[in-house]
Amino acid sequence: MNAPTRYFDDSVKGFITWSIIWGTIAVLVGILISLQLVWPQLNVAPYLTYGRLRPIHTNAGIFGWGIGSFIAMFFYITQRLTKTPLWSPKLARVTLWIFNIAIASAAVTLALGINRTKEYAELEWPLAIVVAILWVLFSLNVLMTILKRKEEQMYISLWYIMAALVGVTVLYVVNNLGVPLHLFKSYSAFAGTNDANVQWWYGHNAVAMVLTVPPLAIFYYFLPKVTNNPIYSHRMGIIAFWSLIFMYLWTGAHHLLWTPVPDWIQTLAMAFSIMLIAPSWGAVMNGYLTMNGQWEKMKSNYIVKFLICGITFYGLQTLQGPMQAIRTFSAFIHYTDWVPGHVHMGTMGWVSMVLFGATYYVTTKLSETEIYSVKLADTHFWLVLVGQLIYSVTMWIAGVQQGMMLLATNPDGTLHYSFMETMIAIFPYYKMRAVSGFIYLAGLLVFIYNIYKTFQKGADSQAAKA
Amino acid sequence: MLEKNPVIFIILAFVVIMIGTTVTMIAPFKWINGAGDRIAEVKPYTPLQQEGRDIYMREGCNNCHSQTVRTLAADVERYGYGGTYSKSGEFVYDRPHLWGSRRTGPDLARIGLKYPDPKGAWHRKHMENPQSVVPASNMPSYAFLNKPLDTTYSERKMKLLKFPYSQADLDDLKGKSEMDAIIAYMRKLGTDIPVKKVEAAVQTAALKNPFTEYKSIESDAKSVYRQHCASCHGDKREGTLGPALKGSAKADAELFKIISQGIEANGMPSFSAALDEQKIWKLVTWIKLDTK
Repeated sequence: MNAPTRYFDDSVKGFITWSIIWGTIAVLVGILISLQLVWPQLNVAPYLTYGRLRPIHTNAGIFGWGIGSFIAMFFYITQRLTKTPLWSPKLARVTLWIFNIAIASAAVTLALGINRTKEYAELEWPLAIVVAILWVLFSLNVLMTILKRKEEQMYISLWYIMAALVGVTVLYVVNNLGVPLHLFKSYSAFAGTNDANVQWWYGHNAVAMVLTVPPLAIFYYFLPKVTNNPIYSHRMGIIAFWSLIFMYLWTGAHHLLWTPVPDWIQTLAMAFSIMLIAPSWGAVMNGYLTMNGQWEKMKSNYIVKFLICGITFYGLQTLQGPMQAIRTFSAFIHYTDWVPGHVHMGTMGWVSMVLFGATYYVTTKLSETEIYSVKLADTHFWLVLVGQLIYSVTMWIAGVQQGMMLLATNPDGTLHYSFMETMIAIFPYYKMRAVSGFIYLAGLLVFIYNIYKTFQKGADSQAAKA
Repeated sequence: MLEKNPVIFIILAFVVIMIGTTVTMIAPFKWINGAGDRIAEVKPYTPLQQEGRDIYMREGCNNCHSQTVRTLAADVERYGYGGTYSKSGEFVYDRPHLWGSRRTGPDLARIGLKYPDPKGAWHRKHMENPQSVVPASNMPSYAFLNKPLDTTYSERKMKLLKFPYSQADLDDLKGKSEMDAIIAYMRKLGTDIPVKKVEAAVQTAALKNPFTEYKSIESDAKSVYRQHCASCHGDKREGTLGPALKGSAKADAELFKIISQGIEANGMPSFSAALDEQKIWKLVTWIKLDTK
């Protein structure tokens, strides 16, 4: 037998560290803007107003925490699945530098009011180019590792990884097309309804290619690793994979129901959104059935808890999403807080839960030691679960309440409530939402402490060995 | 084979992604914003309005305010301000679109129809201190927009966006503040398509108030007042932006006419589209009452 392959994991550790830092900032800004919605005096003009902070919250969350940890996990998983060291560790280090510079510049420019106003594509053109370069360098490293691989078979996680690399590139480039006015300002290449249609083709598929496909790659890799059981069905995984990446791209216009976007695009989006339940639940069932005969691990293994809870939120998310994509339901809840409630179940529930589990696993592997404290990991689990549930449930209630009030009419056909009355009715829920943010933050801090202590424990034991 | 060949796999994944993309995103370029969508009356932004729009973008107003009146009765009623639902042709000069995704504040697609005041007094007061006109509002103060407008790029913007402009338009920017610009943008929004004026066959002499005592109508009148009048005339009819109303000495018919048709020069909007005759009469009766 050959000597074991030596993997390069410095950058994995670097990306894990920095993604956690950016994730914490995303949560802190999230808490601040949730408080601003209750007490507008907390807006500090002009840099720390809600309108400028909200994109910082979403960018730090999606790009800082999300993409940062996906890069870490992709580097980790790809090396193991290909039994090949990373193609270029030097390039990986450069990628981490560019990543941090990009996210930090994003935060600064957004606070200065430099933005493109397109949701999740706010960064002005010079920064958008940096992000694109970052993504290409990262993709190149992963793809070259796959091309030079020693393991011929490509496990399903690698499929998801490659699809994400291709998908994100196409989406990001197209939606960022524009004409620069000067270094800090550009105008979109598209106008009006076209721009809206391109934006939500991007916006919804960012959900697919950033917040669905990568966490699925991670889930498919770590669940069998943690449980020591192969995934239930490779074939089901493959069918779900192709139908998922086929169907997702049709669904963007469900963000634009009842708007001037042509009806047929809306109807296609609605139909494909409902069809998406099948491939989404293909992945969910694959996870559940892998657990058959070993469900007691939900109790005995702290990582399984995170992974299975995460995939459960994915299952709920992919039932609720298609429901919202139906015209009649959308008329009721669109533009209300129902939607942030939905989104945060995906981000705080599904994506973050899976990432927490994967980060624990990778941290212990890299440190060659056991977790510092299982008890703290359990505490972390319950705090983020409760925080997330309070967030989503209060926002769903607020959304339904406001939706009903906005549509209520008098017998003569006039509106029953003024806009302000509908807002006054939901302010109490805004306060509860802010509380949920603090609970989630507490969980996050426990997580950070546990990870830090585990790395330290690993360093100590290695020092003792040497 | 796919399990073993990453190059073919990536090409195939790309093709699969591009099918839905082509049908729902690329193909529609053929129709959207085409001849069928165009509306002759819709005009591009003036330099001042475009500057205002850029400030709207800079401040991220789109994070709380949408700009599309959906084809739903409640949307048209609430945000149409006498106009209709949003049409594709109204947005052909919007780069980017600013439709938004969450209404933490009201939709602004037709806000220009709501306040006819050429000076934009309501907007100015509201931007500077939102709670002074809407007490429970959670909107931040934008008083910091009271600073000179930077016009360095105004002309280049017009050229880049291919909007027509004249020297007079550029001269109009002189001495303007950022606040003036954003108000000019607000006042333009949704006003291009002419609104069919409700036939206000108001013959002052013949108008007669059907409500002679206030007790039975008090709660109706107060609720209408809170929704439509309080932001400018004060919670207690004491007058803020608009004049005091409590115990008005004006004749019933005259008050009816003012509420129904508005006084454009003073910034008083017309309520003939929002309120039926009964409601206006109830308001008149209650306004004149000199108690509480």
